[in-house]
Amino acid sequence: MSDSFAGLSTEGFADRVSERVKNGARFCGLFATAESEGTRLVAVLSEGETLQSENVIVADDAGCYPALTPHIPAAAWYEREIHELFGIEPEGHARLDPLVLPLVSGSPRPRPGSGKPFEPVELDPSPLPAHLRGEGVFTIPYGPVRSGVFESIEYLVETPGEDIPHLRTRVFHKHRGIEVRFEGMDPDDGVLLAERCEGVASVAHAIAFCGAVEQLSRTEIPEGAALVRVLHAELERIANHLDSAIRHTEAAGQAVAYARLSLHKERVQRLRGRLCGSRFGRGVVVPGGVSTPPVLDVAELFAAIDQIDNGVKDDLRLLMATPSFVDRLRGTGVIGQELARQFGALGPVGRGSGQKADGRVERPYAAYGLLGQQLVDPRTEGDALARQRIRNDEISGAFHLIRQTIDRLSQTNMSTQVWAEPIDRDLSGEAIGWAEAPQGEVLYFVVLDEGRLARVKPRSASFHNLGLFHAAFPKDILTDFAFIEASFGLSIAGVAG
Amino acid sequence: MPWIPRGLREGIVTSRYPRRPDGYGPGFRGSVVVANAPAPEPRIASAVEACPTDAITVENGLPRLDRGRCILCGRCTELCPELFRFDPDFETSAERREALVVPELVADEAALILARTELGRAVKALRRSVHIRHVDAGSDGADEWEVAALTNPVYDVQRLGIYFTASPRHADVLLATGVGAAGMLDALRQTYDVMPEPKVVIAAGVDAVSGGLLGEGYASRSGLADSLPVDVFVPGSPPTPFGLLFAILLAIGRLPRARGSAGGNDWARRTPHGPASAEDPTREAGP
Repeated sequence: MSDSFAGLSTEGFADRVSERVKNGARFCGLFATAESEGTRLVAVLSEGETLQSENVIVADDAGCYPALTPHIPAAAWYEREIHELFGIEPEGHARLDPLVLPLVSGSPRPRPGSGKPFEPVELDPSPLPAHLRGEGVFTIPYGPVRSGVFESIEYLVETPGEDIPHLRTRVFHKHRGIEVRFEGMDPDDGVLLAERCEGVASVAHAIAFCGAVEQLSRTEIPEGAALVRVLHAELERIANHLDSAIRHTEAAGQAVAYARLSLHKERVQRLRGRLCGSRFGRGVVVPGGVSTPPVLDVAELFAAIDQIDNGVKDDLRLLMATPSFVDRLRGTGVIGQELARQFGALGPVGRGSGQKADGRVERPYAAYGLLGQQLVDPRTEGDALARQRIRNDEISGAFHLIRQTIDRLSQTNMSTQVWAEPIDRDLSGEAIGWAEAPQGEVLYFVVLDEGRLARVKPRSASFHNLGLFHAAFPKDILTDFAFIEASFGLSIAGVAG
Repeated sequence: MPWIPRGLREGIVTSRYPRRPDGYGPGFRGSVVVANAPAPEPRIASAVEACPTDAITVENGLPRLDRGRCILCGRCTELCPELFRFDPDFETSAERREALVVPELVADEAALILARTELGRAVKALRRSVHIRHVDAGSDGADEWEVAALTNPVYDVQRLGIYFTASPRHADVLLATGVGAAGMLDALRQTYDVMPEPKVVIAAGVDAVSGGLLGEGYASRSGLADSLPVDVFVPGSPPTPFGLLFAILLAIGRLPRARGSAGGNDWARRTPHGPASAEDPTREAGP
């Protein structure tokens, strides 16, 4: 497959990609895979209703290529990641600070896609030198062990005391090398691993992974299975959005709101547990469809949904009318619309800053094409409050979709329904699958070789959006940190890989 | 002010666990239980083959399941339902890694009782109120949700005198999640080192117990036992909040006395649990 890219020059690559971005394509990500002749780069672009890619091969003896980042700022983190995992140099990249895997020089590189057995790498955990100079400027490291029950990440806050003029993020602490682990698995095991790339968005990751496999196998999943996927994906969205609000209320010291919202989130998790056995919807999505239908009866399911919906609606309404809460979010962590557009910001972060990107609408998958969707209108303020309001709207939208889904499922004959179509066992080829996780668009670049996974690159929305995180700070002070972090609502597992 | 009546609206939603049994009821996947019965060929072979984490073995013709590896995918329950089935039981943690393999061997049980007695002696000072320091050493993120859920009104671990603390110097319990990502091992070790004695380490989730589905790789280890002296191993992918609460109570010797094997039947649910001391551990410690 890669033969067709052999003649393309690395010089033209950045031009071709940035030309398409100039013409309105959204830059979704830059992936790499080790191949016999070198490292293949795959730039993924969203154009209208399709995902397109631009490819180029960076020969091993060259070891470098002209960077995309000077033309497309959103490529910065992708090029840093590729630099660390593959050891190839993006020439012209302004800042190749360590990100996911800081290695001592001479350490072997994992080079995903090469299919080689792993060699242990040697990490260089030394602290980053400060970027800012000036009287009284100092660096506060937050993490990797956080001051609460959070995932591990390190933020370096360079500050003269109160403002945050400069922030850097290092995610390597919990880099697990998960993408290499896919290699050699079959798709049935692969989906289990996909669920563990970003555990809080298991369903979305499983859908995106299976979407790629189903494209290759030209499988249409049964309508019932498509509905069940929507049901679980929307419950996952509600749980994640509640989690973001819970973290806001915790930071704002809203004890009752914290208790109420965490009660609602627990009810959502328990409902998910009752529907499929797993509080995270794991094991539901399989290549070709879903493993089982929901086990609750329809009346019971509607009653459970009504109970949660009413409680959530009531409490969120009061929360948004609580000045001591709203004041902490208003004007905090602003991401301007132009920046969000240039960067292709995803999910609630993008939609809070005027961006529309939503895989459920752009490229409807599962049963989203069948269901009347309540589209969430983007907001323009770009602050933490806008992101909270977007999440509130998405929660209502999710309940609406869930009710339609149950309604449609109840009209089908659940006992005779086929829940999964068979998948061809010796598939070869590559495809990109997608899903709209609560955090935003998830992409899976999947290469299959005679039924075995040769390369899988998950790209979570968390990874893409965290590259924008530092831009939210210049007007804010240290006490805003927790709100900005919660309003991004990202999962570090999905970033670190 | 409108929040005050809102907080009272639903009355008490908090679980009575561990004083009263609680759980999710039938259908919930708390654990996989294994029948004490000979394994029928060739279907047991297909279950062994299908298990994505190699958690199933056959010893002397009898099936054994390592819950420290089991991610509860349920393939074995479909291929071999007469041997494996889901059970709502979440009280599956143990003080020894080997004791997570069910049905347990007699030799393991003796070692488990010894381990429990030793741990019980070590944590005598921790029986009232404890502070927990959580560290993520390479989890998938779901484990943190389940740990954080312990402070929601349903589990409300503060009622039992259990608190989460930011400072390892205040902490009695280190609750660690994740496979052991190479970049976290130093931080994990440093956190452990500065905790005062006596201290207890809980490895929460199959990732932390065995590396789970991810296993050892260029940047991941097969669990945390090589990095820390683990006192309690918690199965689950991720472990449920009840499973975590059970593990914490087990670690600090606070389980009610009457708790014993769910046994008597042919299904090996769990290893027998009992308190390590004669004190009344059902008493809930006040803050």
